[in-house]
Amino acid sequence: MRGIEQSLTQFRESGIRPVAISVDSPAVSSGLVTQAGYTFTFLSDPQAEAIRKYDLVHAGAGIDGQDIARPAEFLLDSTGTVRWVNLTENYWVRARPEQVLEAANKLR
Amino acid sequence: MKKFNWALWAGFLLSVIAFLSYPLFFVRFAVTRDFPWVNLLLFVVAGALVLIGIRRAFAADRPHPKRSKVAGATLSLLSVLILSSFIFSIFIMSRWLPPSTGAPRVGQKAPDFTLADSTGKAVSLGDLLTSPVDGKVPRGVLLIFFRGYW
Repeated sequence: MRGIEQSLTQFRESGIRPVAISVDSPAVSSGLVTQAGYTFTFLSDPQAEAIRKYDLVHAGAGIDGQDIARPAEFLLDSTGTVRWVNLTENYWVRARPEQVLEAANKLR
Repeated sequence: MKKFNWALWAGFLLSVIAFLSYPLFFVRFAVTRDFPWVNLLLFVVAGALVLIGIRRAFAADRPHPKRSKVAGATLSLLSVLILSSFIFSIFIMSRWLPPSTGAPRVGQKAPDFTLADSTGKAVSLGDLLTSPVDGKVPRGVLLIFFRGYW
């Protein structure tokens, strides 16, 4: 997330809108955004509705045993079609901004 | 003071630092996060110090042989435990992720959704795809699903 924020100018130049999604409530997201200085959109999915639609539910992995999202990144083109996916196998290893930008530059 | 087993204590403290500095600091940078080489390097140095410390703790010339041995055994055991939990949490536990075989694939339409943003405003995937970025329709949207801070 920090990496995305640091590369926001490049994302903007590529016309890519980054959006972060988790089960956090808007209040928690808002706290995180303020504290970490994130300027892109954070969406709240407390009932894991979107997380379920994308088959990313990590059952019982939250601090109180609630369902949370496993980390994943999807790059969609302007028609909403998936053009690049990263389903990490280790949650400490995430997509690097340059990988996403490379995929983004191949979009029409 | 000359008899103080500094290598043992330094080794133990360094293992604590090697463990904590990953989530608190090195996780911020992709080069030190994807593979925790700095932390493993710190553990190697910590291990060497602990080994020197154990040798010293069990040496014949200690002023308090019993106390020295107990400290040597306890601190080295704790250091090993710290290293084990580091390896467990960074290399093993973090891989316990669902396979997500039903996740949208390249070429498929991304499922629509409507969720609240951090100000509480409802935002749909359609809005994200069409509302302008810097006055222009975006070329694409990057969805980043993350575990959250609960």
